[in-house]
Order: sequence, then C-alpha cells, then structure tokens
Amino acid sequence: MADFTLSVNGSDKKVSVSPETPLLWVLRDTLEMTGTKFGCGAGLCGACTVLIDGAARRSCKTQVSQVVGKQITTIEGLGASGLHPLQQAWIDEDVPQCGYCQVGQIMSAAALLKKNPHPTDDDISNAMEGNLCRCGTYQRIRKAIHRAAGDNVVVANSGGAR
Amino acid sequence: MSPVSRRQFFVNSAKASAGLVLAVYLPGCNSSSSKPFAPNAYLKISTDNKITVMVPRSEMGQGVRTSLPMILAEELEADWKTIQIEQVGASTLYGSQQTGGSASVNSSWDPMRKAGAAARQMLLAAAAQEWGVDVSSCRAVMGAITHTSSQRRLSYGELVGRAAKLPVPADPPLKQASEYKLVGTRVGRIDTPAKVRGAAEFGIDIRIPNMKYALLARCPVIGGKVASFDDGEAKKISGVSYVGKISDSAVAVVADSVWGAMQGRRALKVQWDEGPNANLTSAKMMESMRQASAGKSVSLYAAGDVTKAKGRRMEATYETPLMAHAPMEPGNCTAFFQGTKCELWAPTQDPQDCQKAAAEALGLDVSHVTVNVTLLGGGFGRRLEHDYGVEAALVSKACQGPVKVIWTREDDMQQSPYRPATFHKLTAVLDGRGVPLSLVHRTVAPSINLQKGIPLEDGVDPDMKDEASLIYSVPNALVEFVRVETPVSLGFMRSVYGMDAAFASECFIDELATAAHKDPLEYRLQMLAKDEDIKFFETVWKTARMRGVLQLAAEKAGWSKPLAAGHHRGIACFGCFGSYAANVVEITMEKAVPKVQRVVTVVDCGQVVNPNILEQQQQGAVIFALANALRAKITLDKGRVVEANFDDYRPLRMSEIPQIDAYFVPSTEAPTGVGEPPVPPVAPALCNAIYAATKKRVRSLPILNS
Repeated sequence: MADFTLSVNGSDKKVSVSPETPLLWVLRDTLEMTGTKFGCGAGLCGACTVLIDGAARRSCKTQVSQVVGKQITTIEGLGASGLHPLQQAWIDEDVPQCGYCQVGQIMSAAALLKKNPHPTDDDISNAMEGNLCRCGTYQRIRKAIHRAAGDNVVVANSGGAR
Repeated sequence: MSPVSRRQFFVNSAKASAGLVLAVYLPGCNSSSSKPFAPNAYLKISTDNKITVMVPRSEMGQGVRTSLPMILAEELEADWKTIQIEQVGASTLYGSQQTGGSASVNSSWDPMRKAGAAARQMLLAAAAQEWGVDVSSCRAVMGAITHTSSQRRLSYGELVGRAAKLPVPADPPLKQASEYKLVGTRVGRIDTPAKVRGAAEFGIDIRIPNMKYALLARCPVIGGKVASFDDGEAKKISGVSYVGKISDSAVAVVADSVWGAMQGRRALKVQWDEGPNANLTSAKMMESMRQASAGKSVSLYAAGDVTKAKGRRMEATYETPLMAHAPMEPGNCTAFFQGTKCELWAPTQDPQDCQKAAAEALGLDVSHVTVNVTLLGGGFGRRLEHDYGVEAALVSKACQGPVKVIWTREDDMQQSPYRPATFHKLTAVLDGRGVPLSLVHRTVAPSINLQKGIPLEDGVDPDMKDEASLIYSVPNALVEFVRVETPVSLGFMRSVYGMDAAFASECFIDELATAAHKDPLEYRLQMLAKDEDIKFFETVWKTARMRGVLQLAAEKAGWSKPLAAGHHRGIACFGCFGSYAANVVEITMEKAVPKVQRVVTVVDCGQVVNPNILEQQQQGAVIFALANALRAKITLDKGRVVEANFDDYRPLRMSEIPQIDAYFVPSTEAPTGVGEPPVPPVAPALCNAIYAATKKRVRSLPILNS
C-alpha cells in the first residue's frame, strides 16, 4: 500500500492503494466514480477510457503510480459546467443503446476534438478504432462527433418508413 | 413450477397479463387521496402530476424503458414530458418478465394499452362527476381533462383522489392506429441523458454498504470440478478476506476491492478434476454432427412427398461454429444474504428465473429472495442465464456479508454458455426451368432448451418453432431436426437458431437460383408469387409480407441498377419472432477479403412504436450479425475455450462499419419482434455477395476462417 494524491477532474484526491493498481479500479472502487467502465482489463475495448493530460488513455492498463502529477479527466468532470458539446450531440443523435461503452466512446471523441476540431470520417475511424460497441451504435457515434464539431456531414441515409 | 420453454413463457405471459392488468390492485394505493392513483400494476399518477409507468422488462439497450411507456402514454393521453419510469424487479404481478424472444413490445402491447385506456376512462369519469356534466362532453388531452363548452380543465394530478374511488373498467375502448399521436413517432430515449453523463447505474456499478468483491476460479475444462485448492498465497494478498469452495466447480476469492480479488484469484492454486471432456475439440464435435446428419430426425414442417420429385438434384452442407455473446458489461451480480432472506441486484434478462435459482441454491423460499433489476450493459441472450445470480447468492452466504461477484472478460469468453454449433444438409430437386419441386432442410444441432431442463415440444426444440423455416411455396418440402448431445453449456443468442437456419437455407436458395440461371431476387419472388398462408406451428407466415420486405430492400438497394465497378451484392430474407426481414449486402473484395460497403436492412414488424429505436435495433442487429458471420468463433481444444478476450474474439470496430440503411414496411398489424429478426438474413446476404464476387460458395462460418 502507498499513498497517492491524484488530480481528478480538477480536484486533488488522496488514495491509499498498492502502486500497481490500475487507475480504473481506483476510480471505481476507491473514489466511487463508476462512470468509467470495466470491459476487458486488457486495453482492447476502450470502455475504461479517460483523459490523462488531455489524451485518451485506457485506465485499465494505467497504473495509479503513473498518473501522479497528471490531470485526470473522467466523464464525471468532462462538462465542467453542464454538458460537454459531445454529450449534447450524443443526446441529440440518441446514440446509446445499452450505453455501457458510451462513456469510453465520448472520452475518446473528446480527445479527438481537442486535437482536431473538424475531423474527417477517416480521422474519426482512426481515433475511435479502440472503442468497441456490441450494440452497434457506430453510425450514430460518427454522426454525433460531426455534430459536436459543428460539421454538417451527411453520414448516411437514415432510412425510415417506405 | 414445471419447466416451461422460453417461447411458451411469452405466449402465456401475453395471455395472462392481458387479464391481469385490470384485476391487480396495489393494496392501499386507492384508499386515500394523498396517495398516488394506481388503477393497475403498470401505472401510478401522483397528485403533483407525475406519471410513473412500471417497466417489468429489462433495459439492455433495446429501448423498453421508452417504448413500453409510450404505448401506455398513448392511450392515457398523457403529456410525454411528465412520464417517468420505475424498473420492476422480480414480481408476481406481471406474468413472465423474461426479456427475450424479441417479445417485450409484442407481449406488452395489449396490457400497456389497456392500462392507459382504463386510467383515462376513470379520469374522464372523475372530471365529469366533479363538474356534474356528461362524460361524453369531456376530453382527455395532454395530461388533463377538459370541458370545452365551459372552458374548464383539471389536470390528471388534480383528479387523482376522485378517480381512485371509481371502478376500474374491465374492457376500456382502445384507440385506432389512425388516432395515434405518440406511437409511431421518433421519440428520444428516456435513458439517454444518464447514459451520456456516466450516471446510469449498471449492475457492475451497484454499491451497498460494507460490500465486498468476489472473483471465482472455475474449471477451465468444460464440466470439470475442483479437486483441491491451496489458499495460502491468496490469503496473503492485501484485502482478501475469504477464500472458499462455493460449488463443485468453483472457488471464490473475496476481497475489499476488485483489484484485490483479481490478485487473490491469481495467487490461488486449484487442482482441477478435468472430468470426461479433457480431450474435446471443436473439430471432433463438428465431425460427430456430420455423422449424425444421416440419423433419426423429427419433422418441423412437411408438405407433399419429397421422395416423389424427379429432376435435377442439388445438395449442399453448411456449418456454423460455437459463438460467444460477449456483451460489453462483463457478468456480475450483487447479493446480500441475511439468514432467512437474500436480496440481489442483478443485470438480468430474467429476474424471476434468477430469483428461483438463487432461492433453490440457498434453500430459501422464493418469496424470501428479492431481485432488483439494474440496467444491463448488453444482453443478446447471455443475461437470460442465472449463473451470476446463483454465484453471488452463494458467495454472500459463504462470506456472511454483501458481495458483488464480477466476471473478467476472460471468464466471460471462456466460461459462458455459447450459441450451439450446427450442421445443415440441404437437398432440392429442380424441374426443367430450375424451379424446386422439392426442398429438404435437415438441421443437426443440440437442443438449448432441453439442456436447461425445458422439454422438447413435438420432438423439437421449442425455440425452433419461432422461425419460418420454409416460407417459399414448394410443393414437396421437409424441414427436419436431428438432435445431438453436447457437453458444452448452451445459451440463447440473438435470433437463436434463426441465424444458423437462415445462413444455410438462404445460401442454398442462392445456389438454386444460380443453377436455374435466375436473378436471386427474381427467383425468390417467383417462389413467393402466390399469396399464401404458411402455417408453421402457431405462426401463420404470409408470402405477401415476405415479398414486401424483399421488394423494399431491393428497391432501396437499387437492385435493378448496375453496381459501381468492383462492387458486388447479395440478398436474403427470413422470418422469425413474427417479423419479416430482408437484407441486401454490398461488398468489395480487398485482397480476397470482403469489405462490407453497404447494408440495406428492411423489416416488417407490424405497428412500429418508435422508429428511432427501431432504427437502432436494425443497425445494431446488422453489425452484430456481420461480426458473427465474418469472425465469431469459439474454439474448443482439450476441453477448453481457446479465445480469451477481444484480441482473439473480435467484434466489428468503427473502420469496418458499412453504411447501414434501415427501412420498415408501415403496418397496423399488432407489433412483432424487432431485436432479432434482422439478424438471420445478414450472413447469407453477405455470403451470396461473396459468391457474386468470387464464384465461390461459403459453406462454413465464420467467413474469414473458411
């Protein structure tokens, strides 16, 4: 066990855990912030994505000792005042189905827009490739990212009744 | 309760809940004007105008927390903005609460409509009484009763006290489809805002005071058991508080954090008794199914006499592997056993089964086990199983405190029930023009239901009855089932046997079309040309509706127009869970690997409640089915599952997602299934596109393994 002070969503949090503990479990079990999800424990699905100094990182493969002195942003702190534009776009496009992967999707998208405010479809594919969704919400995720970027991109015919 | 099939549950529940709705009163709720008005088990209206709709089905992404309340709100003439929902745990008030078989909307359609209509009538009568006017001069509009000639208005909340004293009408009149204002519109989902804020509570997020976390070590070999274990090293891990055998095949490690429990399990040493399956391989299993295909069968459907047909004979066999559901939220359940009672918080598709199984495992009466239903991070059938619930109950009892059992992804991939592997043999005899005189589809598979103690019906697995195994008009036809046994634990996966049946039958139809030198669409339409009712067990399938989805899919995909250079397409259709579906898949080939460019998916599911959610389900079903067709395969070697995580069992990722255009055929027929029916015609449409591109037939899934 060791003591760490973490900067999470702009405030300092003191935790006492073993140094190799993944950030994911510190967030979920110790700090009781359960917005960040466990999906694979191996950095393969992206459900646990958080921002570390603004970049998307898999918290299940990030040891707590590696993030001391860095700015950690989770879904709980993404929209500093109210909803982040991505969260609003996610609501406007009604993206989630089961919703379990969506926090990780939004965090990856937030990192993308920070670097690249007007991503192309290829940019989106590249940035979101690490985030799995079993319900199959990808098409709406793409639309929501374009919407949050303020880009009027026609992604696909939305179908509907005959 | 004697075991009843998944399917029979739905049939019974639809019948039972229709009568139940007006018969059930919540005691005490109607006696005082300060309490909410609860004319039936589905609805509460409070004096401050909050309308709460009880949702007895599980929300796993398919939108029941939105679509079911919409049905009730439509008849109630409620203001949608005032609707909130309450998730119902295991209960005795609603018939079966199993969420599966694409049946939630279908089986809630009558109960929810009647619940809303009865309440509306009572509120109308209450207002008429209050004003001393004839009820026919009052109208229900947006959550209030109005009296036009005197310009008076009372909100539902203001009428609660008086309405609660009135008799509940037995058979309230229901609206015509043409009068719908809410049903059929693209309403946003109730659960979306919490899900994008990270505030939605899934099973894995449940936290109760003093709760600990448990991981279980389970035998890696199918059917194996614990021989002995050494907990010395595990107990040295900081935070580990309990290690113990909780069943023949599992040892639990309990700690004060998930990470602690993971470390503890890693340090635990278990000697396994590997049992009789230590040499089992997938290849051997498939070989034994091939051999069994010549064996004794039972008939699912028969027309004419297939032995009499004379002409050109066609034959092909098809194979599908074991597949894993792999929902994004790994298995979990939280339990608190307290001597004579136990409370569970479960992300389950079947709270009543979970309750019953936990009660049996604990030796408690069912009434002493409470099951709360959380949000489900995906289901796809995996959460119909009660394994997590039973484990959590047993671990809580063993460690004498509240505990959450968590499965890792590897546990989920390697220890789950799987979609069964299947083998299909199809034969046909064609006349001189290439039209089938006879068609025989023989399916070799284990029975999922029988393995779970649910009896066969007419010798077949009850789930097979929900598929339109043969909708085409063929004078001599036979659909048969050869049942085999397997030690592999089996589960119901999205579209159940439908995916396998459609892969085989719709690929074969394409082969026949090719043999007949006919366009695959024209060939199908020709066999569906006559308006016919094809009765398949209790479902009457209509060739006209199947034609409808095929024609719409073809039209939207531009079937009659030439494709871009290098593009190829395939078509397929299928019926299951009462709905009709057709897909057109368009691909390019990149270094002999198909890249799916576009999918047009069409469903006829009767009355559509919410086209927004329908579109989600269609897009999701296509992506789920594409992953199954292209890559999904669980391999057994030495009795163990080889695949472990998302690097060797690979769902589709963002860059692989084609354009998916989802359409539906407008209908005022009663609603039928949506979550599963678009799945089956995906794999064959894709395989038929691959044939169009390569002139090679895919006869074994997954495609990228063939």
